[in-house]
Amino acid sequence: MRIKILVRLKGQILEPQGKVIEQSLNSLGFIEFSNIRQGKLIELDLPDNISKDEKAQKIDSACKKLLVNDIIEEYEVLG
Amino acid sequence: MSFKSAVITFPGSNCDRDALCYLKDLTKGEVHNIWHEETSLPKVDLVILPGGFSFGDYLRSGAMASKSKIIDEVVKHANDNRYLLGICNGFQILTEIGLLEGALIRNKKLKFLGKNCFIKKKFKNNFNLSIKDNQILQIPVAHNEGNFYCDAETLNLLKNNEQIAFEYCKGEFSNTEENINGSIEAIAGITNKKKNVLGMMPHPERAYSDFHQSQDGRLIIESLIS
Repeated sequence: MRIKILVRLKGQILEPQGKVIEQSLNSLGFIEFSNIRQGKLIELDLPDNISKDEKAQKIDSACKKLLVNDIIEEYEVLG
Repeated sequence: MSFKSAVITFPGSNCDRDALCYLKDLTKGEVHNIWHEETSLPKVDLVILPGGFSFGDYLRSGAMASKSKIIDEVVKHANDNRYLLGICNGFQILTEIGLLEGALIRNKKLKFLGKNCFIKKKFKNNFNLSIKDNQILQIPVAHNEGNFYCDAETLNLLKNNEQIAFEYCKGEFSNTEENINGSIEAIAGITNKKKNVLGMMPHPERAYSDFHQSQDGRLIIESLIS
């Protein structure tokens, strides 16, 4: 099964890339677009026969150990 | 007894040789270069995690290097109350290991900064003993992720425990910015609580020789040796 993990900077942390994207979009005429923040998406495969609990536990452990720095980032498993 | 030291090299380190020369020239003692896949460290007084782009800065700066085989030994070295200095990428690695608080995020203005900067010491520790209060040091920086971040609670701890070693400042005769990269409280370097581990974004190993613009980087090694 395909796993998608969305990693983003926590809300209170300045995300300068989003700000620059917002300025560019606004100057292209997308003036309704605001509060843009950019994150990253990590995709990976896990075996289909893995239990729901084990899946959650493994993903959580991988995020804590390597994929996410919880001082600055938060994550969400999509789908 | 002569001062012994070591520099760890990761794939993508690019200041390891500078750090080796810095240590050889200033300590006059034994200097080891250790590859990140090694599983033992010689007993030395100081270990440097050098600058560069370890593992291509993939995922986050320093994230991959913080999981290298040698890191267990580096942590033991620090727990043994011996000195550990992380410069630039080395600072990022130390925060990723968790030996130092906080994190280094993208520079506020999204620009890679490669230039001289000015710093002064904030709280006294063994790495800055030879530096006078309010003495302004000129030391180069070269980083994209040097914007020090921590939450308010951690910042209070850093202040109460006097863990802030260096802060960016205006140069005496220049129009430099006071806080070049947007770091909280212009923090340029912090120590751990025991003050035997220092992480700093500026590169003292690029400011020690006659052919460098400044020799202020000498003061860090001189402090440790004194």
